[in-house]
Amino acid sequence: MAKAELMNYEQALEKFEVVIGLEVHVELNTNTKMFCGCRNDFGDEPNTNVCPICIGLPGSLPAVNRKAVESSIAIGLALGCEIAPNGRFSRKNYFYPDLAKNFQTSQYDEPIAFEGTIDIEVPSGAVYTVDIERAHMEEDAGKLTHVGGNTGRIQGAEYSLVDYNRAGVPLVEIVTKPVYGAGAEAPELAAAYVRSIREIVKALGVSDARMERGNVRCDANVSIRPHGQEKLGTRTETKNVNSLRSIERAVRYEIQRQAHIIANGGTITQETRHWHEDRGITSSGRPKSDADDYRYFPEPDLVPVQPSNELIEQIRASLPEKPAERRKRLQGEWQFSDLEFRDVVNSGLLDELEETVAKGAKPQAARKWWTGEIARLANAEGKDVADLAITPADVAELATLVESGKINDRIGREVLQAVLEGAGNPAKIVADRGLEVVSDDGALQAAIDEALAKQPDVLEKIREGKLQAAGAVIGAVMQAMKGQADAGRVRELIIERANA
Amino acid sequence: MSELTPDLVRHLASLARIQVTDAEVDRFAEQLSLIVESVATVNSAVAGDVPATSHPIPMANVFREDLVEPSLTQEQALSGAADSDQGRFRVAAILDEE
Repeated sequence: MAKAELMNYEQALEKFEVVIGLEVHVELNTNTKMFCGCRNDFGDEPNTNVCPICIGLPGSLPAVNRKAVESSIAIGLALGCEIAPNGRFSRKNYFYPDLAKNFQTSQYDEPIAFEGTIDIEVPSGAVYTVDIERAHMEEDAGKLTHVGGNTGRIQGAEYSLVDYNRAGVPLVEIVTKPVYGAGAEAPELAAAYVRSIREIVKALGVSDARMERGNVRCDANVSIRPHGQEKLGTRTETKNVNSLRSIERAVRYEIQRQAHIIANGGTITQETRHWHEDRGITSSGRPKSDADDYRYFPEPDLVPVQPSNELIEQIRASLPEKPAERRKRLQGEWQFSDLEFRDVVNSGLLDELEETVAKGAKPQAARKWWTGEIARLANAEGKDVADLAITPADVAELATLVESGKINDRIGREVLQAVLEGAGNPAKIVADRGLEVVSDDGALQAAIDEALAKQPDVLEKIREGKLQAAGAVIGAVMQAMKGQADAGRVRELIIERANA
Repeated sequence: MSELTPDLVRHLASLARIQVTDAEVDRFAEQLSLIVESVATVNSAVAGDVPATSHPIPMANVFREDLVEPSLTQEQALSGAADSDQGRFRVAAILDEE
């Protein structure tokens, strides 16, 4: 699979208008599956959370999980949607072993929620309104492992192994209307949109929202058309984009790929495409099926869902603060500048920061650690910060240790590294390794004596008013004490000496 | 109603993952046409304002509480499988996507 030819991004945007559409699947964190009482849990032994209903044995009958319906209504309301007074399940028929029933129980023409909007802020600070077409309930499919040939890859696989633990786990699929007008910011908008959905479902408490576990998954539809053309271009649907970073990259890639094809007289095939994180490309999947091919029909084994107004209003009243309002409140509480705050939001670190501050760190210190050193280390490893082995409690402890002067910034970074390597929490690491800053005057004076012996003219310079001369001595003391000297105190002591 | 062409029958067969011979395509086209026509007769008998029935008994909101019930054991789950490996159902490789 060769890397496709791409048009330069700026050039592509000069020639074409970009239209995107996003489908986000959210796995609900109910105790049990959508239609049966099997546990909804990640990481259990294969095929141990299965029953006749979710593996489609003859004669089994599904029953709808009340909690899943309520969670779906909460998601719909949080997205500003109408809730359907009468919702129905449908069968989406297809033959693929990820579901043993030969159909997926989904919703088709009567989704539980429809017609919402959500405002999305992108890194530049611009805000776009994304219209939600619908949010519907369905069940997740099982997990396939392809064996033989190139292990894990579908092409060349000799056989596939199926684990149905995930089959039947409740999903809410949120579908946007086509999004126009984001231009060069379309990739950022796509990522920011998914981040917002993640924030919302996390705040609602209806999903664990961990992208690396597939709790939130995104399919990105991309099409382009020459500026001024009315008719929409043919779209592709890129699947398997499971981090915010890859959503942005995949949309950008598709824009450039499609632009090159159209500019060279070719046509875009309507198809699903796979995103390959490792190579940063998409590759052709199957031609996209028409809805007709799924032969949807009403699910005869389930009765309609008709949420009462009382229930809807009760759920509406219990909705948490809206993400946009929460952001405004936090920025005020923390007294961050717009730029500082946007940096936190764009790094997707708002939850981490809030928790770190709640655990006792000063907001600015929490911000510096998360968006600075921690983000840098995550980046260096090509990971999301959320995947690093560090908790807000660790960061709060670290920030407090630095704040109180027990360790300095440099040692703090060393401690951080040790936390990530699994050496324990910051206080333990500092104690275990004897990293506490030396502010004991006796020890510092001895080191200063030694440094001054090699640079005897420093005190004279300080007396002449050249305070910066102290720097060389501070440096020598720090070096002698392996960075653990309290630099502020060393400086004070040197100046005291000069003026003695 | 669109006509049930041989190509449409082949398409349906591919969706259903079954192989059909040319002779079968012709026979199925004829049989399926008859079925579609019969359904069309029902369609013409009702006025447009009759809501579609998806369930014979007018019921709604039958829910299950979100409580865990016992699942099958892995052995039980796999007992009906044609083939299994490493606690999983083993199926022929499919050159398609997940």
